[in-house]
Amino acid sequence: MSLASLEWGRAATSGRKRGFKGIVVDMPLLLIICAIVALGMVVLYSAVSAESGLLLRQGMRFAVGLVAFFVMAQISPHYLRIFTPWVYLLGIGLLVAVAVEGQITMGAQRWLDLGVVRFQPSEILKLAVPMMCAWFMHERRLPPTFAQLTVMGLIVLTPAILIGEQPDLGTALLVVAAGGLTILLAGISVRVMLVFGTLGLSALPVLWVLMHDYQKARIFTFLNPETDPLGTGYNIIQSTIAIGSGGLFGKGWLAGTQSHLEFLPERSTDFIFAVMAEEFGLLGLCLLLVLYLALVGRGLYIAAEAQDTFSRLLAGALSLTFFVYVFVNAGMVSGLLPIVGVPLPLVSAGGTSMVTLLAGFGMLASIHGHRKLLAA
Amino acid sequence: MAGSSLQFKDPWQEQRLFLSRIIAAAVVVLLLTGVLVVRLVHLQILDFERFSELSQGNRFRIDPMPPTRGIIYDRRGRVIAENRPNWELVAVGEEIDNLDRTLHSLEELGLVDPDEHATLRNLIRSHRGFERVKLSNLTEEQAATFAVRRHLFSGVDIQEALARYYPFHEAVAHAVGYVGSISAADLERIDRTNYAGTSHIGKSGVERAYEQQLHGQVGYRQLIVNAQGRVRGEADASSGVEPKLPVPGQNVVLSLDMDIQLAAVEALQDFRGAVVAIDPRNGDVLALVSSPSYDPNRFATGLSRADYVALTADIDKPLYNRALAGVYPPGSTVKPFIALTALQHESIAPDHEVYCPGEWRLPGQTHRYREGRGGVHGKVDLHEAIVRSCDVYFYQLAVAMGIQDLSDGLKAFGFGAPTGLDVMGEQSGIVPSPEWKKRNFSRREDQVWFPGETVITGIGQGYMNVTPIQLASAAATFAARGTRFKPRLLIGTEDAVTRETSMVEPAALPSIEDHSPEHWQFVIDAMVGVTSETGGTALTVMKGVEYQVAGKTGTAQVITIAQNEKYREEDIEERQRDHGWFVAFAPADAPRIALGVIVENAGGGGRSAAPVARKVFDAFFAAENYVASEP
Repeated sequence: MSLASLEWGRAATSGRKRGFKGIVVDMPLLLIICAIVALGMVVLYSAVSAESGLLLRQGMRFAVGLVAFFVMAQISPHYLRIFTPWVYLLGIGLLVAVAVEGQITMGAQRWLDLGVVRFQPSEILKLAVPMMCAWFMHERRLPPTFAQLTVMGLIVLTPAILIGEQPDLGTALLVVAAGGLTILLAGISVRVMLVFGTLGLSALPVLWVLMHDYQKARIFTFLNPETDPLGTGYNIIQSTIAIGSGGLFGKGWLAGTQSHLEFLPERSTDFIFAVMAEEFGLLGLCLLLVLYLALVGRGLYIAAEAQDTFSRLLAGALSLTFFVYVFVNAGMVSGLLPIVGVPLPLVSAGGTSMVTLLAGFGMLASIHGHRKLLAA
Repeated sequence: MAGSSLQFKDPWQEQRLFLSRIIAAAVVVLLLTGVLVVRLVHLQILDFERFSELSQGNRFRIDPMPPTRGIIYDRRGRVIAENRPNWELVAVGEEIDNLDRTLHSLEELGLVDPDEHATLRNLIRSHRGFERVKLSNLTEEQAATFAVRRHLFSGVDIQEALARYYPFHEAVAHAVGYVGSISAADLERIDRTNYAGTSHIGKSGVERAYEQQLHGQVGYRQLIVNAQGRVRGEADASSGVEPKLPVPGQNVVLSLDMDIQLAAVEALQDFRGAVVAIDPRNGDVLALVSSPSYDPNRFATGLSRADYVALTADIDKPLYNRALAGVYPPGSTVKPFIALTALQHESIAPDHEVYCPGEWRLPGQTHRYREGRGGVHGKVDLHEAIVRSCDVYFYQLAVAMGIQDLSDGLKAFGFGAPTGLDVMGEQSGIVPSPEWKKRNFSRREDQVWFPGETVITGIGQGYMNVTPIQLASAAATFAARGTRFKPRLLIGTEDAVTRETSMVEPAALPSIEDHSPEHWQFVIDAMVGVTSETGGTALTVMKGVEYQVAGKTGTAQVITIAQNEKYREEDIEERQRDHGWFVAFAPADAPRIALGVIVENAGGGGRSAAPVARKVFDAFFAAENYVASEP
C-alpha cells in the first residue's frame, strides 16, 4: 500500500516544485487531508445527532487549520530551523505558566486563557519537540553519539514531565513519541536502542508509582473491563459492542444504535472511531485506514526526498507521529490499548489539535516545495 | 555547534542510513496497521454475532443497586435515623430528548419545584448518561398523577426507594445532622462509582462524619431494556457482567441518651441557647442541643429553595449549631479554672482575704472595674469568692498571677482549641495572651498587651471566647480531676447483616497532672458551695436535689455598660441582654455527668442557665437504668 502511494506521490508532484505564482502547496498532501476531514465530518454529523453548532465549529477549526497549513508551507525549512529554538523555549515557558497560574478546568491544568482564546500549550510541544531534536542534530554527524542522545533525551523529557504533571498522560506520551521517533530516525544503533529499551522498561515501576489513581484505574480497567462496569470499564465495554456490532458493512449512516441511543460515551471526540465502526463497518474503517496510510506514506516520501538533516528528521518524525495518533486512538477504542485521552487525528471534534496537525503538514509541504532543483 | 564542525559529515552515507530507517519505519507502520485490522476483523467478523445481539434487539443496561444506609441508634438502641419506603421521581439523562421541556412539563404538573430547574438540569448533565438522577420525592397522590402520564415522559420514571427518616425531628438535628441530595460539589469529593445508585449523602453532623461507614458498597446488575429504555427484565450471566449485590452500610451507635437529650430540648424550648452533656469517665456526649433547631426530615425529603432561604434568613438562626460553633465570653464560669491554676502557682493562699467594696482600680489608674451585679461582698476568701462569684477578688487574683500563667492554665483545659469532637463544625474560641495579640493584630499599636486586659480576663470577659462544648468538656475534665477525653458521639458500629457490634475505645487525651488532690478538692468544694451554701449563686435553683451538684454560674456581656451607668435589664433590647452560663457536674464526689449550658439574652446564669441544667440533671438521675458505655 505505502509503496504504491510513494509512486503516486512522485508522479503527482513532478514538475511542481512551486505551485502557481510561487505559492507552495503540496496537492497530494492537501487532497488526502481533505478526504479524511470530509469523511470525518460525515461521521461527526451522525455522532452529534445533527447538532449543527458542533459541526460548524469543527468546520471553523478546519478552516483555521488550513490557514495554518498554508502559512507554514510558505516558510522555508531554513527559516523553520532558525525559529526552532525560540518556538521550543516559548512552548516550555507557556507550560510553566500553565503550571503556575493556569486555569483549572476539569481538575487538570492544561489550558491557558488568553482572554479571546484558550489553548493548550502542550499542543505547541507536539511540534516543537521533534523540531528541536532535528535542529540539534542538523549540523552534527549521524548517527548521534551517546552524549548527544543524552541531550536529546533532556529536550524530550523536560516538556514531557511538565505535561505529565498537568496531568495529561496521553499528550505527554505523544510528545515522547514525537521526540523518540526523531531520535530513532537519526539512526541510533541497535545496541543503543536495546540499552534505552531496557532502561525504559525498568523505569515502568517508577512511572507506576508516579501515576495518578485515575490513570492506574484505567490500566486495571483495560486489563479487565468487566470488573468495573459502572466506572471506566463502561467506555470500553460500550465501544467494543459498538465496533463489533458494526460487522463487515456497518449498520448504515445515522443508524448506529449504540451511538444514537447514547450508550457510547464521548462519541464526538475520543470514541468517534467506534461510531464509524458501527455505522460503516469493517469496510468503512479500511477506507479510513487506507487514507491514513496514504497520508503517512506521502509524509515518509517527503522525508526520503528531503535534502538536509533537519528537514529529513522533521518530516519523518511528523509523519510517524501522525501514525502513532491513529494507532493509539484506534487501539484504545478497540480495546487493544488502555484508555489515554488521544483524539482520532483530523476526525475527532474539538480542541487545538486540528490546527496543530495541519500546521505540521504545512511544514511537510514546505520541506517538499522548497527543495533545490540542483539536488534532484 | 562549533564542537561538531571537527567531525566529517558524509551526506551520502547519511542519506543511505536515513533511507534505511524510513523503510524500516514504513514496515513497522504496515505491521501495526495489520495488528489493528486483525483486531477489527476479530471484533467485527468473528465476534459479530455476539456483539450484534448485545446491541440489537434487546439492549443491556448496567443498573447500579444502591446499598441501604446504616441506621443510627442512641446509646440505648433507640432509633435516631432510619430508612422508610418512599416514592421518588427519577430521570435517566440519556433517554430524555429535551431536558428543559421535560422539566417544564413536570413542573406544570407540580411534581418538580420550578426553583430547582437549573440545579436539576446541571445535576443530570453532571451525571453519566445512564445514571438515574433523583428529581423529587412524591406523595402517594403525586405518584398517581405521574403514573397515568408516564408514557409522555421518556427517560422519567417513578421508583420506590428508601428515604431517610428522623423520628425525633428537631430534637437531635444538630448532633446527627442530615442527608441531602448529592450536589455537584459533593460529586467532587466522593468515589462516583460507589455512589452510582445513591441519591443522598450526609451533609452535616454524624451523617457527614460517618458517611463512609453509613453508606456501604454499591452493587450492580445488568438489565434488559427496550429501545425506549424501559426495563424488560434482568439479564443472565451470559451477558458477561456478573451481578454483584450491594453491601449495606454499617449501623452506628451514638453516645447520646435520648432521655437526657429530650429533657435538654424541653428545658431550652423557649430560648436560644445550647446544652452539652458529657460523661467525664469516657468523653461520651450524652446530650448535644442547640436551640432553636430544624427538622432534618425536610432536608432528607428535599427542601424547596424558598424554604431553605427562609431557614437561613430566620433571625434566630435555627441552622446555626450554637453548641459547637457558638462563641461567647465565658464570664464567671472560668473562675474555678483560674482558682485552680492560681493555687498551683501559689499566686494566692486559699485563705487569703480581700475586701470587696463593689469595684476595683489598678494601682495608679482611674478606670473602675466593677462588680458584675453591682453588689458589695465585703470580706471574702477564695472559697467565698467562687461561691458568691466575687469579681473584685478575681480581678486581683488575675493581676497577681499574670496573664501568662492564667492563659496557660486555661489552655490546659482545652480552651482556645477545638475539643476534637468527631463531627465537624467546631470553633476554636480564644484564650487571649500577649502572644495571641501579636499574632492576631496587624497594627503595632494594637499588639500591646494592657494590664487592664489581664484584669478582665480574670472574670472571663474581654477577648476570651469559648464554645458550649469546650466548657462542657472542661467541666468533664474538672470532674475527673484532670483525666481528659476527647468528646465523642460515636461509641460503636454494628454490622447490618450479622448484627455484630464492635465498640470503640474512648479517646484519652494526656491528663492534667499539675494540681495536687487538695487543690482539686478545694475548688470542687467551692463549686458545691455555689449550689448549696448561703450566698451561692445557684442555691435557689438547686434547692432539694437528691444529688450533689458542683457548679458555677456565669454571665456573658453582650454590650458594655458605661462607667457611670447601671445594667438595667428592662432598659435594654432583648437581644442586647446578657447571656447566662452554667457549668456543672454531678454527683460532686463521683461525677457521671458534666454540663455546659448557655441561654442567650436571658440574664445571669443563676437565673437562666442553672434551671436548664437542673432539668437535665433530674432527667439523668431519674433514668435509673442509665448505662455507661463499656468498651
